[in-house]
Amino acid sequence: MLKLDKLVKTYKTGDQALKAVDIEIPKGQVLALIGPSGAGKSTLIRCINRLVEPTSGHVYLNDVELTCLSTSALRRERRRMGMIFQEYALIERLTVMENVLSGRLGYVGFWRSFLRKFPQSDVDEAYRLLDRVGLAEMADKRADELSGGQRQRVGICRALIQNPALLLVDEPTASLDPKTSRQIMRLICELCQERNLAAIINIHDVALAQMFVQRVVGLRFGAVQFDGPPENLTPEVLTMIYGEEDWEATIEKIEDEDEADLL
Amino acid sequence: MSVDNFNVQTKLGQPWKRPPFIQTKLLRWTIIFGIIAYLIAAYLSVDVNWSRVYEGLERGKKFVLAFTNPDFTSRSSDIWSGMIESIIMTVTSSVVGIGISIPIALGAARNVAPLPIYLICRGIIAISRALQEIIVAILLVAIFGFGPLAGFLTLSFATIGFLSKLLAEDIESMDKVQAEAIKASGAKWTQWINYGVQPQVMPRLIGLSIYRVDINFRESAILGLVGAGGIGATLNTAFDRYEYDTAAAILLLIILIVMALEYISGIIRARVQ
Repeated sequence: MLKLDKLVKTYKTGDQALKAVDIEIPKGQVLALIGPSGAGKSTLIRCINRLVEPTSGHVYLNDVELTCLSTSALRRERRRMGMIFQEYALIERLTVMENVLSGRLGYVGFWRSFLRKFPQSDVDEAYRLLDRVGLAEMADKRADELSGGQRQRVGICRALIQNPALLLVDEPTASLDPKTSRQIMRLICELCQERNLAAIINIHDVALAQMFVQRVVGLRFGAVQFDGPPENLTPEVLTMIYGEEDWEATIEKIEDEDEADLL
Repeated sequence: MSVDNFNVQTKLGQPWKRPPFIQTKLLRWTIIFGIIAYLIAAYLSVDVNWSRVYEGLERGKKFVLAFTNPDFTSRSSDIWSGMIESIIMTVTSSVVGIGISIPIALGAARNVAPLPIYLICRGIIAISRALQEIIVAILLVAIFGFGPLAGFLTLSFATIGFLSKLLAEDIESMDKVQAEAIKASGAKWTQWINYGVQPQVMPRLIGLSIYRVDINFRESAILGLVGAGGIGATLNTAFDRYEYDTAAAILLLIILIVMALEYISGIIRARVQ
């Protein structure tokens, strides 16, 4: 479904953020991308929808090669890739509804969007999505009136209303408390399952990643260090990705939390 | 955890002072004394003719006393038509100036516009800001003749430099990620501006616009002095005829209108936050 082929990104400063990354993701798979700060996780996600232009290599989305598309063709393909951001990236001064509907901008013309006259089907879908994440009654509130967890749920609706095939999720829980973090991760993973979406989730919290995803890719200095199921994340592997540290506590913690969840 | 050649023992028991901005002691004191010496010399060079000031006080007193007895009536039709002209100049030049400023501000924001457009728009802003209103007005009066047309064009031109520059700076300091999120949805450039940029800069745009209306009104009173129409022309005539009571009436009206504008702008700015 999504295939990265020798993807390289070298910034103007000479920093090599990505060194020939190869990853292939089948339809419906949720993948967690872990790695230390500066490992290139964010760059990788942004190179897929070309918010950051990759230096070389190829990205295939359903056999369409993205890296050489023209501006208008890229716009069409971006509609198939929903993105969820670390600090929610909602337009603070617009209403929740406008924020959700902004996910449809790739499908409607300028005047329709300017006059906020979106097709009825889009408005209905926006209400359905907001209801799905439990925010239907907030539709006319301004985005900056919401709490962090609520904002991120609006962000999820905005990504889903694009009717994407792929979700690009950049640190969805970095600014949320532990409980909300789990709820958001659970919501994202449930929705991916419901809609058979593939997703790449950048995440700092290894334990949280292990709880929810089927596959983990570990990035260090822009290169893939680990690719496998979450059970294989042993202390040795984590040392390889992050460097020397006592990892037993991190891994034990998830097991404890799992039990706590069952109780 | 400290660096090898840094021995914390030598610092213990010593008072701590913030490192000075200019490290060299000699350079620091030279600059300070240089500035003081220049200030003293500059003030000494101002030549005051005290006997002239004493004579002038009498005229000043007459002027100030006129405010206790402003004459609104004897030139009321002149004042009225001048005021209407000024208000028309203010409104039209603000609308036209702000309308032109918005696209130029977009072009002058480096994070929105490509380099060639950026340079052109910055150039327009630089020209508009470099030419002072009075100078532009004198030029335009020479071209278009006496009257409010020259004033309207001058104020429109001045509005562009003011509003475009400040709005462009606000656009440049907007939150990049919000705009990025709109881009990621596959929005066109125009939609990106409308959803990603406009909501972020709207409070600033409204605040600046109201402030500019305020400035344009005050400027319109000045521009009359060089023949560009408006209440300033009436004011100038009043001064020429030594009709300080009429001049006082006009000045009071200007002050009143500016204060009203200030009050209204305060209300509007509080509401758009």
